[in-house]
Amino acid sequence: MGYLSKILNLVWKDLVIEFRAKEILSVMLIFAILVPIILAFSLNSAQETTENIFPGIIWVALTFSGILGFNRTFLNEKQNDSLLGLMLTPVDRTAIYFAKVIVNFTMMIFTEAVTLPLLFILFDFRFRGSILTLVLVIFLGTLGFTSVSTFLSALSANTRASEILLPIILFPIIIPVIIAAVQSTGIVLVGASIGEIASWIKLLGVYDVIFMAVPFILFEYILEV
Amino acid sequence: MLALLTPPSAGEVIIAGQSASAKPLNYRKKIGVISHNTFLYNNLSAYENLLFYGRMYDVPNLKKRINEVISEVGLKYSLNDPVRNFSRGMQQRLSIARAIIHEPEILFLDEPYTGLDQAAVKILNNVLLKLKNNERTILMVTHNFEQALNMSDRLVILVGGRIVHETPGSFLTLESLKDLYLNLVEER
Repeated sequence: MGYLSKILNLVWKDLVIEFRAKEILSVMLIFAILVPIILAFSLNSAQETTENIFPGIIWVALTFSGILGFNRTFLNEKQNDSLLGLMLTPVDRTAIYFAKVIVNFTMMIFTEAVTLPLLFILFDFRFRGSILTLVLVIFLGTLGFTSVSTFLSALSANTRASEILLPIILFPIIIPVIIAAVQSTGIVLVGASIGEIASWIKLLGVYDVIFMAVPFILFEYILEV
Repeated sequence: MLALLTPPSAGEVIIAGQSASAKPLNYRKKIGVISHNTFLYNNLSAYENLLFYGRMYDVPNLKKRINEVISEVGLKYSLNDPVRNFSRGMQQRLSIARAIIHEPEILFLDEPYTGLDQAAVKILNNVLLKLKNNERTILMVTHNFEQALNMSDRLVILVGGRIVHETPGSFLTLESLKDLYLNLVEER
């Protein structure tokens, strides 16, 4: 089995465990559904201000629900010291990272598939842009957020207060992704063309590439912490 | 360090006459580890745990090999049960199957008898004996003098992380081993 097959094997293991335990997705979905409902009752959807902050609402719901779930990314590996068992196998340790990114990304996509339609309905938002461009922005934003979160959750997993530590170290690092994602989402929602968000898309793309490349160098050291 | 989890800060790990520290990936498949922690996933069945680890080690004819090792540790009738329902002894037996699924040339055992029931002790002894007869290298860390004496060709006593005594196992009786160990500890 090659590197890719090992990643798929790790993904299979994590998805089977999540399908049975429902420890990550359930938490993410509950939070991602509650936030839009609470905000919809608090804000007047008819006001222009609400329309202006709508992209921010989307990304607040997604990132906060993501953090709740990603805190538990390495929980399975701590039971019975399984992470040590993985580290003993003859596979490059970055495979563990990329498998976790794929699993977390899948969880985020599920969460987004539920949350985004709910947000549009609750805020009675009339979408005027291109669906494909919105999908591209959401994809790049989610990938950047997931790759950094997964990397840092490996770092915080072995600490006593990992659930507090992850948001504290994560948010300063993902500020560029969140700003780019919110800005480009806002532009796409009002019907602008892809050319108008090209600079934000480039920023998201570069950020994604960097944080998919950094673990190749650092993830091995992170696991040894 | 010997299991190639972390690189040595000084010196090197030599396996079969070659430095293993430089290319640990090539040597990890030759190593099996049994610890007091099982490295198993509670929400997977025994079969799924072995399938997962077997794939990680590229075990050929994996399904056949799973049936062999699961029979060897006496868990044939619990193959599809989730590990979370297993007793401590059953989990440790499955951990033995996990460690030998890829037929390692070197087996490291870190306090393997911790929490084992008598049936599991017998199974572990049989597995170790079989590996020993197949000319595999076994390195066991234990505080159990009797098991150490029964199983080993060479005995090494560590005090304060340093080797203070090394002898062939057959040179000692249980009483002399206990006396020797206590004397060495007291000397420190």
